[in-house]
Amino acid sequence: MKTRTTGWTPTAALLSTALALLAGCDTAPKVNAPAAAAPVETRRPVAMPAAGAPPAVAGAAPQSSVATVDLAKNAAGSSVAGAAATGSRPLVAAAAGGTALMAMPTQRVVYFDFDSYAIKDDFKSLIDGYARVLQANRGKKLVVEGHTDERGGREYNLALGQKRAAAVVSSLTLLGATDAQLEAVSFGEERPAVQGNDEAAWAKNRRAELKDL
Amino acid sequence: MTSALIDPLRRRLLTALSLAAVAGPAAAQFRVEIAGVGATQVPLALGPFRDEAASGVAVSQVVRADLERSGLFRAVAPDKALDERSTIDMAAWRGRGVDALVAGSVTRLADGRYDVRYKLWDTVKGEELLGQSKVVLAADLRLAAHRVADEIHQKLTGERGVYATRIAYVVRAGRRYTLHITDADGEGGQVALASPEPIISPAWSPDGRQLAYVSFEAQKAVVWAQDLSTGERRVVASFRGSNSAPAWSPDGKRLAVTLSQDGPAQIYTMPASGGKPERLISSNAIDTEPVYAPDGASLYFVSDRGGGPQIYRVAAGGGSVERVTFSGNYNISPSISPDGLAMAFISRQGNAYRLMVQELGAATTAPPLALTDTLDDESPSFAPNGRLIVYAARLQGANVLMTTTLDGKIKTRLLSSGTDMREPAWGPYGR
Repeated sequence: MKTRTTGWTPTAALLSTALALLAGCDTAPKVNAPAAAAPVETRRPVAMPAAGAPPAVAGAAPQSSVATVDLAKNAAGSSVAGAAATGSRPLVAAAAGGTALMAMPTQRVVYFDFDSYAIKDDFKSLIDGYARVLQANRGKKLVVEGHTDERGGREYNLALGQKRAAAVVSSLTLLGATDAQLEAVSFGEERPAVQGNDEAAWAKNRRAELKDL
Repeated sequence: MTSALIDPLRRRLLTALSLAAVAGPAAAQFRVEIAGVGATQVPLALGPFRDEAASGVAVSQVVRADLERSGLFRAVAPDKALDERSTIDMAAWRGRGVDALVAGSVTRLADGRYDVRYKLWDTVKGEELLGQSKVVLAADLRLAAHRVADEIHQKLTGERGVYATRIAYVVRAGRRYTLHITDADGEGGQVALASPEPIISPAWSPDGRQLAYVSFEAQKAVVWAQDLSTGERRVVASFRGSNSAPAWSPDGKRLAVTLSQDGPAQIYTMPASGGKPERLISSNAIDTEPVYAPDGASLYFVSDRGGGPQIYRVAAGGGSVERVTFSGNYNISPSISPDGLAMAFISRQGNAYRLMVQELGAATTAPPLALTDTLDDESPSFAPNGRLIVYAARLQGANVLMTTTLDGKIKTRLLSSGTDMREPAWGPYGR
């Protein structure tokens, strides 16, 4: 059950790093230099971000088989696309993989109570483990994704998920990680870990996931 | 008298439904599910337009469904075929309790276009009110029908109809998300964007030419704006953290957005063409879902600064905030009526999330009115004439779009394709 929600065994992480490298190579020619230099702030007008599966605009897309893409994305896809979107990042990930002495913790999910963004004691050691890795390797970067259960409004949940992610980032920085190593983002209720309309499902969806950049 | 007519009306609707099922998917769209009946409805007779079947669009059914959705009209099927040239026995219709009568025709012209003609009679006054002809391409027959409904609506009520306007909404099918722009009845239209990642919070520019929205295609929430005629799109806000909840100022020059670049979600405004965001207000709490008042002088927004989320108001230049909602501990997603006098929003009541409407006048003491009995209402959006609200709801396990009148008495379900629909936004006039 845990492995389903976390979905990140060390093997999966390695695999996704490899995929990220591949994806990075693939898209590198399309990503211009300014985008790589300023990865988070993309204010200039761009036709489309170099994400793994770019959206189709203005009716250009036929209503057909995206199912194959979906299957691929469920396992390691989101992280692959994320790496691809930032172009040069896979190099950083590769460097981090090289310093294998300080391994990343295998547990990557922090769960929250209803309508709360307080980090429970159960997850203090997990946060501590990540903080030590980030402190030992200043080149290492993480994105923390906040999520909520399905109840309530999408925009408010997006903000609530952001607070959860920010709470994890704030704990990590208090323990020695730097702001530059971390970005808090939110998916709100849009990307549940498990489907379902009961407390068992909701509890698994109120979470923050720590992901390699 | 009104109540005596409800059941016959229902039966007719049911008959229409079963006929639609037989006729196949093209006809299934004319599904107006009336959940309640208002007190004063104009009884209006409207039968098939002559030769409309040959055009491929059931023009009169589009007109009838439009008028019924408003809650202001009660459609009555005539007992014989009529068109705009028919001689009308006003007294006979009046005797049947019909106050207004519409009849017309759809004629294919030599160049392939269609001539939609109709007349509207007031049987009480015994006079012809309207006689119109519209020559359109086959692709514009639905739009022509919506315009006919608008003209009838305006003539009989003195108010502008919204049938020829558009709505935007998002459909999810598995991991495929599509942003649709359709007629106000949820039909016709086009896909503006298809993506493997979620799309939320579409917002129309006041001139109806652009749509701002939030897309997660870059693995985080980024605000985009898209030109609807060219399909060209640009990033509006892609800063550190999440970027969301776009709302246009009434003059179309600025966008309010929610950014988390400095910590929790906070509200900023920025030039709609892109540029530097300016913080509107500061708090240590969640501030989000900004929406401009129609006069542009203030914004309504959601904040949990008092504990749970509530709706507040602040001047467009920032400054002190004023709380607007007081009942309940979870009030979100404000939508302001075009006259600025009413606010639709979502309120948690027990385990239900319910569409509410509240007056905004200075001397208002009336409590908010619950408009639905569904459990998971979301994303209300006012029609440009302020008479209807479109919202997302869960009905028998399906995520659907509904419209309701402001008294909650007439509700209709848009489209019934069985897909997962959400995030409706009603577009402005001027198509």
